[in-house]
Amino acid sequence: MAEATTASPTLAPDQEFVTTQAEEQIAVATQWQLMWWRFRKHKLAMVGSIALIVFYLVALMADFLAYSDPDASEAQRSLMIPQPIHWMDKGKFSPYIYGIKGTRDPKTFKRVYVTDPEIKIPVRFFAKGFEYKWLGFIPSDIHLIGVEGAQADETLFIMGTDVQGRDLWSRLMYGTRTSLIIGLASVALSLILGVMLGGISGYYGGVMDTVIQRVIEILRSIPTIPLWMGLAAALPGSWSVNQVYFAITLIISLLGWTELARVVRGRFLSLREEDFVMAARLAGCSRMRIIFRHMVPSFLSHIIAATTLALPAMIISETSLSFLGLGLRPPAISWGVLLQDAQNIQSLAISPWLLIPVIPVIVAVLAFNFVGDGLRDAADPYG
Amino acid sequence: MLAYIVRRLILAILTIWAITVISFVIIQLPPGDYVTSYIASMSASGSAVSEAEADALREQLGLNQPVYIQYFKWMGLILHGNFGMAMEWARPVRDVIGDRLTLTIVVSLAAVIFTWALALPIGIYSAVKRYSVGDYVATFIGFIGLAIPGFMLALIVMYISFKYFNANIGGLFSAEFADAPWSWAKFVDLLKHLPIVAIVLGIGGTAQMIRIMRSNLLDELRKPYVMTARARGLSEMRVILKYPVRVALNPFVSTIGYLFPYIVSGSIIVSMVLSLPTVGPLLLKALIAQDMFLAGTIILMLGVMTVIGTFISDLLLMWVDPRIRLGRQ
Repeated sequence: MAEATTASPTLAPDQEFVTTQAEEQIAVATQWQLMWWRFRKHKLAMVGSIALIVFYLVALMADFLAYSDPDASEAQRSLMIPQPIHWMDKGKFSPYIYGIKGTRDPKTFKRVYVTDPEIKIPVRFFAKGFEYKWLGFIPSDIHLIGVEGAQADETLFIMGTDVQGRDLWSRLMYGTRTSLIIGLASVALSLILGVMLGGISGYYGGVMDTVIQRVIEILRSIPTIPLWMGLAAALPGSWSVNQVYFAITLIISLLGWTELARVVRGRFLSLREEDFVMAARLAGCSRMRIIFRHMVPSFLSHIIAATTLALPAMIISETSLSFLGLGLRPPAISWGVLLQDAQNIQSLAISPWLLIPVIPVIVAVLAFNFVGDGLRDAADPYG
Repeated sequence: MLAYIVRRLILAILTIWAITVISFVIIQLPPGDYVTSYIASMSASGSAVSEAEADALREQLGLNQPVYIQYFKWMGLILHGNFGMAMEWARPVRDVIGDRLTLTIVVSLAAVIFTWALALPIGIYSAVKRYSVGDYVATFIGFIGLAIPGFMLALIVMYISFKYFNANIGGLFSAEFADAPWSWAKFVDLLKHLPIVAIVLGIGGTAQMIRIMRSNLLDELRKPYVMTARARGLSEMRVILKYPVRVALNPFVSTIGYLFPYIVSGSIIVSMVLSLPTVGPLLLKALIAQDMFLAGTIILMLGVMTVIGTFISDLLLMWVDPRIRLGRQ
């Protein structure tokens, strides 16, 4: 509403028509500039965007942020408690951790870990660790943190370890990468399906529209999780990690496109009647040109907003499926796979830190929702 | 009005048909059949199954016929109320599912009631008192509810109750009632366990509903008829509840059709975490064992349940909205 009134100010009859610099700026700004200005005012959306940037940086730099090999298991280090980094040493900044000794309780035969305040292990930044290929082709062995004079994967566990003694922090970094990429890939696939089917439905109308709408209604009235479970359980156990990865993406997006299709159809329906579309048609533009040159740009921003709002649902779907053991399977690591270790009350009672992966899921979903809300408001000139 | 009901009914039947096909296809998708996984599990425990035995088993279960004949056979059985045998349990599917399906319905309905009971007043409150502290609190809770999937909430609630109250909130019954036949005491016991389950299941939907109610009502409150009503001296309560809330209720009611599948979906996975005796854990086991009749029946039942739920919500919508009741245009 605010922008609409500034763009065409209501003037008292005796008032002179003077535009301020700001108003002139608005008058000549492009659509995207206007959107950005409005988006910037939405504080939660800005916070969300920063969170998302951090998340995707983590996804990009997972190998650098992890300090030990996520698959390096060691029964001797099973279920170690998280180990806090002490940042200051005698008033100076010099991060260190205490050594940990593992013993077996003589009565219960459970492994118990005791911190040994005698041993101080200095923590260093940009330390050398396990080798990896950044982005798949740049070999490196530099990690954000590491310990001096010892192997990081034997001494440093800032979030503890799982049953097989694998470092939770490092696994979380890799899990973040997988879960975020699956989310993006599924939303991209749903977007293609949604725009195509929604577009056909909205632009042509008639029988096609009825059929597609009925299909959407049917899909939406079926409970999704049992359906996903059925489809995911059908994946052969012999498939490789990558095949499963791809199949899960496909399954999630096969059921996830309906909402996007609905948005696209609604936009097409309302735009079809607009004067500028009629003008383009009368001027002899081809159908493709009308759609892509005239109609798509005017609802692109809405599609982007709807896509952002669809992403968290995709991430939750993957997490739920993997959590049930029907989605990604180990050795793949994702948020859902990590949470599988925290499935029952027994493991929660013994090792509550295995619940940590819940936090990034919640934060990511919230961030996507905030950004999506902000985008939707910014994209709507009358909002 | 009749045309509306008939159209909805046709759609419901079409949906049920689609669900039968989908659930059958899902069951057929995995390579191998029940016999292959039976052989695998037998050889894992050390006893071998001969080729002839396997064939006999297939013959007996009708697994060696073409897929479409299997589908029609399955459909025929279902129409006679016979859902086949749960192979792994060696008992009729109906016996295995029976109570669990009822409990799934009970749990889902409890969650829907909770969602409505909470979302309606909070939604109205946050629209009327826009930008008040209460509105912000409601928005915040709404976002949390939206961001935490049911099963994670279940994990968190379970951990907190264990850690701080030393109580296990899992299950729908206390230990002494778990296998007991139905009685008044068992029913009361169920009612005691239901609230936490309903909250865990319903909070996500509640968050959505609050947002829908809030934005609908905000749109209505701006309209001139509200001002007219106020100018005529109606009490504030009446001004809000009598007209705008009633109009805003319409989209609110129509979303219940999507709320129900959403909650049933959620109940499957939440049941795994809270170990509720619903069909959820059964479905997972059946899918892993490729017990086709059992898994297919569960997916079918859940689908049919939600279609009926959606149909009821359509009727409800008709009752709430005179424009639909009296025929559009």
